[in-house]
Amino acid sequence: MTSNTSPAIELRGAGKAFRTPSGALHTAVRDLDLTVERGEFVAVVGPTGCGKSTTLTLVSGLEEPTEGEVLVGGEPVGGIGGNVGFVFQQDAVFPWRTVLSNVMAGPRFRGVAKAEARERARDWLARVGLSAFEDRYPHQLSGGQRKRVALAATFVNDPGILLMDEPFSALDVQTRALMSDQLLDLWAGTGSSVVFVTHDLEESIALADKVVVMTAGPATVKEVFTIDLPRPRKVEEVRLEPRFVEIYREIWSSLGEEVRITRERGAAHAA
Amino acid sequence: MPPESVSLPAAGALAKPSDAAERSKARARAVRRRALLVNGARLLVLVLFLGLWEWFSRAGVIDKFNFSMPSEVYDQIRTWVMHGTAQGSLAEQIWATLQEALYGWVIGVAAGVLLGIALGRVRFLADVFGPYVKILNAMPRIVLAPIFLIWFGLGPASKVASAVVLVFFPVFFNAFQGAREVDRNLVANARILGASNRQVTFQVVIPSATSWIFTSLHVSFGFALIGAIVGEYIGATKGLGLMVSTAQGTFNSAGVYAAMVILAVVALIAEGLLTFLEKRLFRWKPAESGAR
Ligand SMILES: Nc1ncnc2c1ncn2[C@@H]1O[C@H](COP(=O)(O)OP(=O)(O)OP(=O)(O)O)[C@@H](O)[C@H]1O
Ligand SMILES: [Mg+2]
Repeated sequence: MTSNTSPAIELRGAGKAFRTPSGALHTAVRDLDLTVERGEFVAVVGPTGCGKSTTLTLVSGLEEPTEGEVLVGGEPVGGIGGNVGFVFQQDAVFPWRTVLSNVMAGPRFRGVAKAEARERARDWLARVGLSAFEDRYPHQLSGGQRKRVALAATFVNDPGILLMDEPFSALDVQTRALMSDQLLDLWAGTGSSVVFVTHDLEESIALADKVVVMTAGPATVKEVFTIDLPRPRKVEEVRLEPRFVEIYREIWSSLGEEVRITRERGAAHAA
Repeated sequence: MPPESVSLPAAGALAKPSDAAERSKARARAVRRRALLVNGARLLVLVLFLGLWEWFSRAGVIDKFNFSMPSEVYDQIRTWVMHGTAQGSLAEQIWATLQEALYGWVIGVAAGVLLGIALGRVRFLADVFGPYVKILNAMPRIVLAPIFLIWFGLGPASKVASAVVLVFFPVFFNAFQGAREVDRNLVANARILGASNRQVTFQVVIPSATSWIFTSLHVSFGFALIGAIVGEYIGATKGLGLMVSTAQGTFNSAGVYAAMVILAVVALIAEGLLTFLEKRLFRWKPAESGAR
């Protein structure tokens, strides 16, 4: 149904305005132009509140753009596609399901037989290091453990397009490095296309092929940096390379300015 | 217990293990003592209340004819238990009322949950039926009891009907609210994971609305009892409500109080059963909020 040459994700002049309770229009993102090639790993960084999460909801089909076009696999997004995985910024595990049942949810929704779903779920729980917790309920887990459940629940579906909204921000440093490496392994194995939103510039450089810097809100793409660090990478090691530091400095000079603008705006509001 | 976590590490450096065991025993003793004190105080309040009532009645401070007294109420209950009531055995009366309340409750809850979730999920239905539900809810529904008596006669059907209308609305509103206030993230997540609309309703909306619904189940069983009793009071051949109205008709105030006591006990037992059920059903909830 789709030609194999079209990019995985394409945003063409996409914008989204929300209606606020007072009835006014609040523009969250505007004039977004962005292309994610098949199998590409793109990281998105930008000041807080600029519109990164909104961008992901547009790609996922959870929200429709109020302007422009969003294409996934060459076709305009109409509703939620079966090939998309989304790790949400907020906690989104089902509190009434056990850990195992949470991870089984995706395959079960998609009609996979119970036994097979359980097997796949167990496999993923082992990979995120939660095998011993499969009978627990989410309220009995730590924040980081819950996040890992969410990761397993997303990966178990084998999504071709993976949207991740600050997935590792609740994890401790060690688990984070572990999960990052695992994400890279997984991504290399499946060839899925990833859009990875983060606040952590180091993380974005260590993981991605391309780092997209967004402006202060309403966000649009400010600059796109290509990360030419060789793969395979180990996130803890790649940080130490001189080229990494160089890239970091370059991107930070672009991002830092937007962060400053956002901060000043916040201060102006407070005054 | 906060004292436990505070005192242990502080003393831990100095204390030998036997000291720690000693302390935890002392703590357990203190907890028991407190429970004893609370229960003792409760008993005292009850005894005081009943004693004063009895005393005032006997001394003529309050009118014995209108207010009766505990000993008479007790005698009345005893008579009912031993020799039955004017309408038959006491158990039969309780069972009749309970049955009507139960039928009314089940029907009201089923209808309330079904319609609540349907209207909560389907915007169109909510928009169409919303105003009518509001109007019906604004009406004091207990005035329907006499109408039901005319429609359905002296039998249990009229009581069941009054119980249903009382139960339906609180359950309906809670189910509606529960379905409306489902965490948007959970719904979004389920849809991304591949859930159909049906699956979202049954596997996300209903589970997360159950705690809302359960809150209303507690209250609504009380309403079901009220509906049944009022129905019986207005006209019936059996039941606790009829006993109240008979006692009232013969100026037997002790009989009215005795029926009230029996009712209270029945309601408390039902409440206990519901709480038990709720605890079993909500194992996924943190303990503090599980027993709402
Ligand atoms: N449903 C909504 N209704 C109204 N405004 C919204 C809604 N969702 C987001 N916004 C607004 O859109 C802007 C962008 O929000 P978004 O969540 O995309 O930011 P973000 O870049 O993900 O921020 P953060 O890094 O803090 O997660 C914010 O100003 C926010 O207030
Ligand atoms: Mg965000």
